[in-house]
Amino acid sequence: MKASLGRRYTFAASHRLHNAKWSAEENRQLYGKCNSPYGHGHNYVLEIAFTGPVAPETGMIANLGDLDPFVQREVIEPFDHKYLNEQIPAFRDVVPTTENLAREIFRRLETFPGAKLERVRIQETSNNSFEYCGE
Amino acid sequence: MRITRKLEFSAAHFYHNPNFSADENRRIFGKCNNPHGHGHNYVLEVTVAGEPDPETGMVLDLKELKQILQREVADRMDHKHLNYEVPELAGQIPTCENIATVIWNLLQPKIKQGRLDRVRLYESPELFAEFTADDANGNAAGVRA
Repeated sequence: MKASLGRRYTFAASHRLHNAKWSAEENRQLYGKCNSPYGHGHNYVLEIAFTGPVAPETGMIANLGDLDPFVQREVIEPFDHKYLNEQIPAFRDVVPTTENLAREIFRRLETFPGAKLERVRIQETSNNSFEYCGE
Repeated sequence: MRITRKLEFSAAHFYHNPNFSADENRRIFGKCNNPHGHGHNYVLEVTVAGEPDPETGMVLDLKELKQILQREVADRMDHKHLNYEVPELAGQIPTCENIATVIWNLLQPKIKQGRLDRVRLYESPELFAEFTADDANGNAAGVRA
């Protein structure tokens, strides 16, 4: 039997949308208030989905007792209460839009052993969310 | 009768008291002391109390309240860093309690119909601070999130 497992996590972080290749004016035009110089922040909600066979001995796709500490170590600890632009190396040269955040989190979580990471969904505010399924 | 309007805004902040040592700041404020800051989607609920006008059936025109919230709160705080960009918070630690109090003080003189009854500010779905008319009148212990 194959099934999928969804799990939800939250973290609070700040970011600024700014591309150093463009002028201040171009950045303001493209990113609007998200270009505000000191950054701003969100309560991000992360939803991840894994698929895989349900192990007959355990009845599970993945043991949440393994998954939770993995996500904690790979995502929550490095991202929670942080400024993404300055404290996550991947965003030194990449603009931390939520699209790029979804890709970075996917990259960090796809190595989870035993089940296949199917989808990462990030809710940035109650009005917008982004999904990434690894291309 | 009470009417409530909601506003969401996104902002960055961190907690740091210059009167404390680096160690004390870390101990008291924990991960909120990270000097690079972090951020939240704040949800503000503003409640106005009064009698509905017999002609309009309204305590206060919600359109007008929306404009006041936009001007006084969103224009000041949305997509801003609360430690650096909001003069009303200068010298204060931008806790939910202090932000709610600042918002009360900004809104109170602008509400001309009815009276401001409560400002509730959510920092996350699990945490909010309230400043009420009782607090303004000195009748309550204060604001605690």
